[in-house]
Amino acid sequence: MTAATALLLDVRDLSVTFTRRDRRDVRAVDGVSFDVRPGETVGLVGESGSGKSVTALAVMGLLPDRGVRVDGQVHFDDDDLLTLPGDRMRDIRGRDIAMVFQDPMSSLNPVVPIGVQVTEVLVRHRDMHGEAAREEAAELLRRVGIPDPVRRLKDYPHQLSGGMRQRALISMALACRPRLLIADEPTTALDVTIQAQILELLKELVSDSGTALVLITHDLGVVAGLCDTVHVMYSGRVVESAPRRVLFADPRHPYTGGLLGSVPRLDSPRGEPLRPIPGSPTDTLPWADACAFAPRCAHRIGACTGQAPALEVTGDRSLRCVNPLAEGEASPNPAVAPPASVAPEPEEEPT
Amino acid sequence: MSLAEIEAETESKRVGEETGGSLGREAWKLLRRDPVAIIGFALIAFFVLVALFAPLIAPYAPDAQPGAGTITPTNIPGPSAEHWFGLDELGRDEFSRVVYGARQSLLVGVVSLILGMSLGLLMGFLAGAFGGKVDTVVMRLVDVMLAIPGLLLAIAIAAMLGPSLLSVMIAIAAVNVPIFARLLRGQMLAQREADYVLAAQSLGVRRRSIMLGHVLPNSVSPVIVQGTLTLATAIIEAAALSFLGLGSADPGVPEWGRMLASTQRYLASAPHLAFFPGMAIVIAALGFTLLGERLREALDPKYRR
Repeated sequence: MTAATALLLDVRDLSVTFTRRDRRDVRAVDGVSFDVRPGETVGLVGESGSGKSVTALAVMGLLPDRGVRVDGQVHFDDDDLLTLPGDRMRDIRGRDIAMVFQDPMSSLNPVVPIGVQVTEVLVRHRDMHGEAAREEAAELLRRVGIPDPVRRLKDYPHQLSGGMRQRALISMALACRPRLLIADEPTTALDVTIQAQILELLKELVSDSGTALVLITHDLGVVAGLCDTVHVMYSGRVVESAPRRVLFADPRHPYTGGLLGSVPRLDSPRGEPLRPIPGSPTDTLPWADACAFAPRCAHRIGACTGQAPALEVTGDRSLRCVNPLAEGEASPNPAVAPPASVAPEPEEEPT
Repeated sequence: MSLAEIEAETESKRVGEETGGSLGREAWKLLRRDPVAIIGFALIAFFVLVALFAPLIAPYAPDAQPGAGTITPTNIPGPSAEHWFGLDELGRDEFSRVVYGARQSLLVGVVSLILGMSLGLLMGFLAGAFGGKVDTVVMRLVDVMLAIPGLLLAIAIAAMLGPSLLSVMIAIAAVNVPIFARLLRGQMLAQREADYVLAAQSLGVRRRSIMLGHVLPNSVSPVIVQGTLTLATAIIEAAALSFLGLGSADPGVPEWGRMLASTQRYLASAPHLAFFPGMAIVIAALGFTLLGERLREALDPKYRR
């Protein structure tokens, strides 16, 4: 990954503020920057409320018009997606950028057969109709591993299992071979064995078609199996970014360390308690004059409050911390590198 | 049969011929096993069959007076083998009049439902699909209509238009317009927030397709239920209007409401004249109510499993 490779998606200083009358504005995403190269898989990691999903929705232009202010730039090709008129954005969505959502149970229209929903994308973006569209829809379903796809076209969402529905949704998202797929917690609503299958499927499809993937998750095991680069978010800001291998081997931000440490290990001695991060994501300080993670941080020093920590870049790592962990201090957790649950290919791509 | 009419009516408003099929089929399966729904359906079927085949069932024409000359205010014969429901105050066969009355009730019910529902759904769809200013304007209009009690509004409109069957239909339709408008709009606003709408948006599906193909089909099942229940109230309202003398201008046309009204003076000597039309109204309304209630449960996923 050299700098010479053109960027596919370039998010610069993205901020999303929810404004409400008579209430204090809430800044859900606060100056987030990251980029995605063609074919790359990028992970956005963080707890609930860290701004991952809002970031994705902002990139897709799917935030509501009212009560939301979006600042910054989101460059895709030569366009700034944030300033693109609605109809051009609609042309891009589904064709060039697609999204897979968290809950496959509610992301399919319950009263419309699967086939009609898959075909809808083909009609909209690929100008396919009638028999041709139906055949292509069946082919798409077959590609995501849905058995007997021709018959399945007539089925309604409630006749499919959760895993099958997520497969159907993935087939819709990939119907036009988009260059970028944003997957927002695609496996969270599924049970563990299905999770592994879906991740495997995503990985396969994405590498087959050269689609870049932004994977949003709170599960570091998922990241470990799939992502090239990882951005860890906390309370609306990126706190640490690094190539996956670097991040897992040597986390520097105490929050990253905490996330890695709190993943259960299969090989830990019996009865050893998990090491959770204390507190909850609501125990934050405003970024303006402190590190938001400070109240929960075991590594806190006086300098953590009173000033906003800046994002400092060293080598291929960016870090927002005034008192980072020392090298090796976080005791790498074998449960996540490599993870047992996602069938990773550990030593494969040359980075 | 009537159910089929309602469904066809709603179906025609939907886009996408396959939409709703499965939900409908599942609801049908549930209904078939539900004794209350079957009773409701049987009552409706009975009512509709009587209305359709009235000339074959009724032994006399509704305005024939087989008992003319033998009737006095104190001597109105009750049920007998020859006249099952007895004779009325003018010597007409009460059974034949009740049977023919079913036609009027069904006609008024169905026509006013179709009129009211069409306009109401159109308004509701516009408000729900466009939101914003359109929503505000349409809903304030609906508020104004809802502010007037239903029957009072119907009486005012029927009185304004003059006594005729058509004015009764228009009056009852007008009462139902705001109900359907509000119902569909509320459903659509709720469905617009659903995940599958966001998912469709993420695929670049156009607004029109989202509204017609996704939001609308998910919003119609309460409309079907409301339609069934509305038929019951429409029948009662039609009876009320004709009871108040706002029905058909021709006194020879048998209407259950008017039959009740004209029998008031003879309540002591001929109570059967109040009983039979009254029961007819109850049975017809009950059928639609029972079916409507059960349909609501069958279509509502909350009641399932």
